[in-house]
Amino acid sequence: MKAVTRRRFLSGAAATAAGVAVGPWVLRAHGQSGPLKVGLVLPYTGVYAVLGESITQGMELVFARENWTVAGRKVEMIKEDDEMKPPVGIRKTEKLIDSDKVDILTGPVHSGILLGMRDKVHSSKTILIVSNAGADDISRAKCSKWIFRTSFSNWQPNWPMGPWVAKNVSKEVFVAAPNYQAGKDQIGAFKESFLATGGKVIGEDYPKLGETDYAPYLTKIKQSGAKAVYAFFSGTDAVGFVKQFDEFGLKQSVKLTGAGFLVEPDVLPAQGKAALGVISGHFYTPLLDNPTNVRFVKEFREKFGGKMPDGFACQGYDTAETIVRAVKATNGNTQDKDKLVAVLEKTEFDSPRGHFRFDPKTHNVIQPYIYVREVREVAGGLNNVPIDKVADVKDPGTGCTLPA
Amino acid sequence: MLVVSDVFAQALNGLAYGVLLFLLSVGLTLIFGMLDVVNLAHGSYYMLGAYAGVATLMVTQSFWLALVIAPLAVGLVGAVVERLCLRPLYRRGPLDQVLLTFGLIYLFEDLVKWIWGGRIRGIPAPALLTASVNVLGVIVPSYRLFVIVFGLLMALVLWLIVVVVGGLGSLKGSLVGSLIIGQAETFGKAWLPGASMLMIYAVMALILLLRPQGLFGRPLR
Repeated sequence: MKAVTRRRFLSGAAATAAGVAVGPWVLRAHGQSGPLKVGLVLPYTGVYAVLGESITQGMELVFARENWTVAGRKVEMIKEDDEMKPPVGIRKTEKLIDSDKVDILTGPVHSGILLGMRDKVHSSKTILIVSNAGADDISRAKCSKWIFRTSFSNWQPNWPMGPWVAKNVSKEVFVAAPNYQAGKDQIGAFKESFLATGGKVIGEDYPKLGETDYAPYLTKIKQSGAKAVYAFFSGTDAVGFVKQFDEFGLKQSVKLTGAGFLVEPDVLPAQGKAALGVISGHFYTPLLDNPTNVRFVKEFREKFGGKMPDGFACQGYDTAETIVRAVKATNGNTQDKDKLVAVLEKTEFDSPRGHFRFDPKTHNVIQPYIYVREVREVAGGLNNVPIDKVADVKDPGTGCTLPA
Repeated sequence: MLVVSDVFAQALNGLAYGVLLFLLSVGLTLIFGMLDVVNLAHGSYYMLGAYAGVATLMVTQSFWLALVIAPLAVGLVGAVVERLCLRPLYRRGPLDQVLLTFGLIYLFEDLVKWIWGGRIRGIPAPALLTASVNVLGVIVPSYRLFVIVFGLLMALVLWLIVVVVGGLGSLKGSLVGSLIIGQAETFGKAWLPGASMLMIYAVMALILLLRPQGLFGRPLR
């Protein structure tokens, strides 16, 4: 064993001091020239994997267009499967923030996961761009300076439908949604504006989430004498409800309307003709004829084997666009979070859904339009044809005080 | 105010649902009664059957062909699983069977995802059964009537088989139990919406309290 000579000790100390002095410079430079790490917390397995996939594909379309480089930094997407389970989602979020040290976090699909990750994101000052989960609270009491949402709040697609249904369909409506928070939120928003325009809610039912037999509820709807139904269901629930609604011959006497998720492209193929004529509200349909959307649909289908983009793909696209523009505006600097937030607040661009911007009051997207769509048979199969629209739909943001 | 036609309508819903439950559960009790096998993967076989139906439908566009081929396909899978996995375990206790069939649940789930992906699939009703039928003033989808008739016919066929082959198996219990639960759950959803899940467990608790040997089992000592 060699003795520690004075020379060796001094040179060691000098090297350490130099390292300590230079260190922060190296780290900061690394933060600005190292890869741009974008974390995705999404379901990649299970029934909701199709949503995770669509959102991811929308993002990939934008990053590919930019050649996976923004402000000189290579874009690195770190995907983590949250399996639609809050404990898993929160664990993956912590991994992305603490060990991967992502520059920007995106996701999730599940509102429970979003509300679960909110405090961690807020306290660690991680920029989160919500690419799906619609929990109204994130734009209300639980809003955060570091959280932006490009998708929607549960309130947004439903509130404009209230007056529209009262005026164009019927003032006597039966409402239905699965018995969980999102279901109650969506129907709540519809009821608020529907009742305010003189509508009457004839009946309400909240079947359990994952219900397979809607017969008892459909019989009740028929017996109630309602002229219309306003429903929020998504995924397999939407398939069951819409198919059985048709099976029971209700379509002849009762108009089925609802939130857009009732008849999105993820469920339309399984619903088939049963979905014809269903009217729904959504910020997007692939049939929009603005030039950005026409190009988006064409490029998406080319890149992903003819797959028709849906609202989820549009959300992914807008999330990636937001990131690209913000990082370019700060010249690749993602260390200065306050600067990033200031730049993000001013985001404005042409999205497939229309002119995109955030509400500085809530950091939630201002929907350029909520389109009223009807399911029709068009070239290429069933799709949602826009028949009307309501402009500039902004979440009320009650209880949100930014900066928080 | 209880309107007779309303009650009758819900009772028909309950009957269709109860018969469906019977079709799902009778296999489980027969297999347990006749072979002493506890098959936790029972539901997974139905999932395989549904996907076999989807696959057949994609190729032949015929609901009726799918109705014939799907059960045959599942029967084949069942035969293979029995030969390879269950037969070596007959002499061991039920715990080993439980462990094995529990593992099969995960295996089948992943297999299905691997072959068919996660997209939601549906099987449209055949053209013959898309209309609604008027039954004593109540509109019933003809497909639901078909399920009722099919299920009751199946009950008859199985009863004959059990009589001929012999052995235990509470076919009666499965049928009556399913019909009771079908009505309980349907009326629960219609009249006590918040407590509809409660109804099934309430019925189950009641049976366990009053007749722990089951509806038609011999009294326990």
